[in-house]
Amino acid sequence: MTAQITPGAERKLKNRVSLRMNISNSLTMAYRNILLIRRTPQQLFDVTIQPILFTLLFAFLFGGAISGSVSNYLPIIIPGILAQTALTASSSTGAQLREDMDKGVFYRFKSMPIARIAPLTGPLLADIVRYSIATALTFVMGFLLGFRWASLDGAVLGGLLTVFAAWCISWIFALLGVLVKTAQTVQGISAAILFPLGFLSGAFVPTTTLPSWLQDFVNVNPLTYIVSAVRQLFNQGTIGNDFWFSLIGSIAVVLVFAPLTLRAYMRKA
Amino acid sequence: MTLQSGLQDGAKAQTNLAIEARGLVKIFGQNRAVDGVDLSIPTGCIYALLGPNGAGKTTIINMLTTLLKPDGGSAKIFGHDVAKETQVVRQLISVTGQSAAVDERLSATENLTIFALLLGLSRSEARKRATELLAEFGLDDAANRTLDKFSGGMRRRLDLASSLIVQAPLIFLDEPTTGLDPRTRIQMWESIRRLVSSGSTIVLTTQYLDEADQLADRIAVIDHGRVVAEGTPRELKAAVGKATLHLQLTNEKDTHEVMRITEDVLGVTASSSESKHVTAPMADPDRVTDLLVALRGAGVHLAAVSVQEPTLDEVFLVLTGGEKQAEKMGAEA
Repeated sequence: MTAQITPGAERKLKNRVSLRMNISNSLTMAYRNILLIRRTPQQLFDVTIQPILFTLLFAFLFGGAISGSVSNYLPIIIPGILAQTALTASSSTGAQLREDMDKGVFYRFKSMPIARIAPLTGPLLADIVRYSIATALTFVMGFLLGFRWASLDGAVLGGLLTVFAAWCISWIFALLGVLVKTAQTVQGISAAILFPLGFLSGAFVPTTTLPSWLQDFVNVNPLTYIVSAVRQLFNQGTIGNDFWFSLIGSIAVVLVFAPLTLRAYMRKA
Repeated sequence: MTLQSGLQDGAKAQTNLAIEARGLVKIFGQNRAVDGVDLSIPTGCIYALLGPNGAGKTTIINMLTTLLKPDGGSAKIFGHDVAKETQVVRQLISVTGQSAAVDERLSATENLTIFALLLGLSRSEARKRATELLAEFGLDDAANRTLDKFSGGMRRRLDLASSLIVQAPLIFLDEPTTGLDPRTRIQMWESIRRLVSSGSTIVLTTQYLDEADQLADRIAVIDHGRVVAEGTPRELKAAVGKATLHLQLTNEKDTHEVMRITEDVLGVTASSSESKHVTAPMADPDRVTDLLVALRGAGVHLAAVSVQEPTLDEVFLVLTGGEKQAEKMGAEA
């Protein structure tokens, strides 16, 4: 006689998922996504190639024209590229989530007794690794080109602010990923958001020379505030108003988009 | 037998059912994919949902496994409502779908370890269980390869292994043997029987009649989103056609005598389409003994006696092929 399992009718089970299970399932899913990144390193192209290439390209191409020399331009461009890269990295969250959700393995996740939100929160957590890589690489590139920060504390805080802001903004793209049907469409829409947001900000050029209508846009672009906050942290080593605007803005984004994403996701899950 | 008596006992019946579905409906646009399905699936059996492609089998499974919300009706898994107590239901079931629900980009070990961690096993338990399952399913050689290098059969096996990390009381298998070679298919049947003997209830869908016939204790024939017939394989066959008795004679001159005796004893119309051969419908196998005794008494010698059961194929065609096709078959026969 084979060993018998406990009959289904005799099991005492709860219909609730405990907080502990939500956290442990999310961490397992994050672990899964880190494994996936390791298996498919091309996922890291945007956070490795972009900081290296953009730093070199922008510094040498615009350095002379905008700031007179490369070394004068670095304090402007390094925070700019940092924010731009983080934004790009966060925008791929949506397409990757969509692609993952269309895979057969999601069928199993849905039928398993796990926290419903884990397949969503896991990848978002794992993406912090990507933002950190992007941030670290930009630092290294800046350092190699001769950029020096005012204080280490400021530099670290600036890096952390960038990673945090990227994570918050990734919820917007996550919502897209959940709502839109194909990964390609998600990618298209993400790019359409990304370009104006990335370039029409204070990331690459001083905004004073822009026409006034463009300045209006730049001044409401959240990226402008993040870039200014990081610049101040890097170059003066101080926390200014922009830091608080960025922080509050980022938290606001999470407060709005996380529940929306969760609701849209749960409806499908 | 204990099962049967349990079912008749009203109060006990509730707990003895692994699945109880009443009037399940699922509508996709204009199409009523599942159109009022009732199911009572006793604990401890292998239950087959049999039907052609697009009959609604998978949609029924998806509703029973909380993957789809029913548009009408209700279903209970061991007494727990699939729409209201989703998390309880998910703790009682495991599902193996038609397409392998495993991650192509990860290795077999990584897949199993992640599923095991999600089910609450510790790191070391998860790794141990993954190793055990890979050995059990003959995948230990391929443990660390990513699945894009796996054959279809290997993926199916890993998929089933993933469903068995913790053995659930109720296991759903959606076309578990589709696309498998005969040897792997027999292995799959053995795995299924082993699961039942250790206390699980199995619900499987299949398009293969011999699979349902050999494996299932009970079968529901599904067509156009409805249950068109339900019962044991034997009952289903009996409902559609009766078994036929074939008598092969040694002497041709006995033919008329044999037909007369057969009609007298069995009370049916016998026929002889070829020489030395008499056939008669056989409702009650018990009466055949009487017939054989009568034939011996009349001094008739038989070369061979055989009984031909109706095949499940006939049952299936009659039930799902629509009246026209069944009539056509009748006319040809």
